[in-house]
Amino acid sequence: MTTHVLIRVGERSVRFRRRVAWVLLALAAAAVVLAGIGLMLGDYGISPGQVLAALTGGGDDRLAAYFVREVRLPRVVTALVVGAALGVAGSLFQNVTGNPLGSPDIIGFTTGAATGALVQIIVLGSDTGSVAIGAVLGGLGTALVVHLLTRPHGLTGQRLVLVGIGVGATLTAVDKLLVVRASLVTAQTAAQWLAGSLNAVLWPRATVVLVAVALLIGAAFALARPLQLLTLGDDTARAVGVPAQWVRTLAVLVAVGLVSVATAATGPIAFVALAAPQVSRRLAGTPTSGVAGPALTGAVLVLGSDLLAQRLLAPTELAVGVVTGALGGVYLIGLLALEWRRR
Amino acid sequence: MSRLAAKGLEVGYGSERGARRVLHGLDVAIPDGVMTVIVGPNACGKSTLLRTLARMLPASAGTVVVDGRPTADYGPKELARVLGLLPQSPTAPDGMTVADLVAKGRYPHQSLLRQWSRRDEEAVAAAMQAADVAALAQRPVDELSGGQRQRVWLAMALAQETPLLLLDEPTTYLDIAHQLEVLELARRLAREGRTVVAVLHELHLAFRYADHLVVMSEGRIVAEGEPSAIVTEQLMADVYDLPCRIIPDPLTGTPLVLPLVGTVGHPGATTA
Repeated sequence: MTTHVLIRVGERSVRFRRRVAWVLLALAAAAVVLAGIGLMLGDYGISPGQVLAALTGGGDDRLAAYFVREVRLPRVVTALVVGAALGVAGSLFQNVTGNPLGSPDIIGFTTGAATGALVQIIVLGSDTGSVAIGAVLGGLGTALVVHLLTRPHGLTGQRLVLVGIGVGATLTAVDKLLVVRASLVTAQTAAQWLAGSLNAVLWPRATVVLVAVALLIGAAFALARPLQLLTLGDDTARAVGVPAQWVRTLAVLVAVGLVSVATAATGPIAFVALAAPQVSRRLAGTPTSGVAGPALTGAVLVLGSDLLAQRLLAPTELAVGVVTGALGGVYLIGLLALEWRRR
Repeated sequence: MSRLAAKGLEVGYGSERGARRVLHGLDVAIPDGVMTVIVGPNACGKSTLLRTLARMLPASAGTVVVDGRPTADYGPKELARVLGLLPQSPTAPDGMTVADLVAKGRYPHQSLLRQWSRRDEEAVAAAMQAADVAALAQRPVDELSGGQRQRVWLAMALAQETPLLLLDEPTTYLDIAHQLEVLELARRLAREGRTVVAVLHELHLAFRYADHLVVMSEGRIVAEGEPSAIVTEQLMADVYDLPCRIIPDPLTGTPLVLPLVGTVGHPGATTA
């Protein structure tokens, strides 16, 4: 089978399609290039040589080293990690629901995480650390509500999408209400956070996000193969030994975890979870989306959007969520038109 | 002793109260290494029996035993290495190729760190050969004809390399030539030593291809054995409420059902 690349070490083996391997390499290269640009660009311009020197610990420009290592690197790393988290979460949800619209940003889970965080910021008036907890609780709570509302039929199909849209709309209203009721200063903080921004992300936050997302994406990799089999229908999947309901529940939990962590880190970044799995699937030419492709696509999308957000109207910085929202809106219209034509 | 057997199976749908019993304390032992065919009128519980044997449906009472152990004690992959099931009208995502789909049958033999062994490759090649779909390997499944598609799904079940293979109405929606193709393949598998169980609707084909016939009615097995030994006009009248003549098939000698409905002079028939 020449269409696949097979890596075999003793008893161990992994296999993927040749085209998928090339696409993954290209995406990784794009991520590296964008990261390089991200480290160079800014009000204090730094040359590629200086960036390399700063990263390897050498160089005599201490200001450059400070900007690269302490200011720009955590931001770049967070952009990549949050993008990967959103891409993988979207892929998990779309596989579970068997619907390209079954993404966390459409079915209300991202909004739920935001609501949780807003309750922390506005009602409990707390710092950034517990905002994360609020976001995770909000995300899980929304998952639970949607699960209960769709219960007899499980988390599949059109019903989930419709219920999710309804829950999401309700939560958006709750978010608005919370902001309106808040004091001017807190409302400002909340509004800034709601736009989804990577401004002023430093190492402490970047490290926490990196570790949490790495663990969750590891779990997603373990779930990827049984989840792929679920796209053949529950009966077929169970016939080859996939515990369908169990896999689906775990996938939803991991995906909610990823969305919540990402949202906690930066605020809601729209449309990446929706678009990344579909874009990577089209690039790779595969019938379903896996984990590595959506992760890299999401990372490239968020980092690329953040660079645009930083430089488009420099020195004024836009929020990255504004850029992904604008790009994603166009994408969503295209997707809906395509779905419509297929009916 | 049979490798696949069930004792006292009770299966129902719906809640405790007002539940509808589909199987009533059913006992069955599937003979090894031959082709067993289950027939019966609509809603007699034949698919339910097959799916309960495959552990797709939970039994409220009774046990299914595979190789002397209740299936409830098997892990999901462990059972899938012994018992395969081809479900009714399965579907593949658009664009998935035949080779990819057949390869999915290897799942119970693989793990995260052992995704593709030489053994997997051989099994997939052998399965595609046996089901005669090797030439279609790189074609998307959704572009194939109904008959080809069903052979591809059979190939996936074959790649699973299970000694027990259950087929849930494998010939539904196929024209007569494609039905025969699928049944020939099923019979060949039984001749090679697998235990094959199929639910079929077409009585004429069921009687021709069954080594062992199971006739069901209202959640019970009413007759069991070699088709020519058990199929009688009385049995057809009892089970299908169908007045008929039965003659030996002039080509095979197996029973051929000729319904009286629609013939001249039969009461209630539309006469020309």
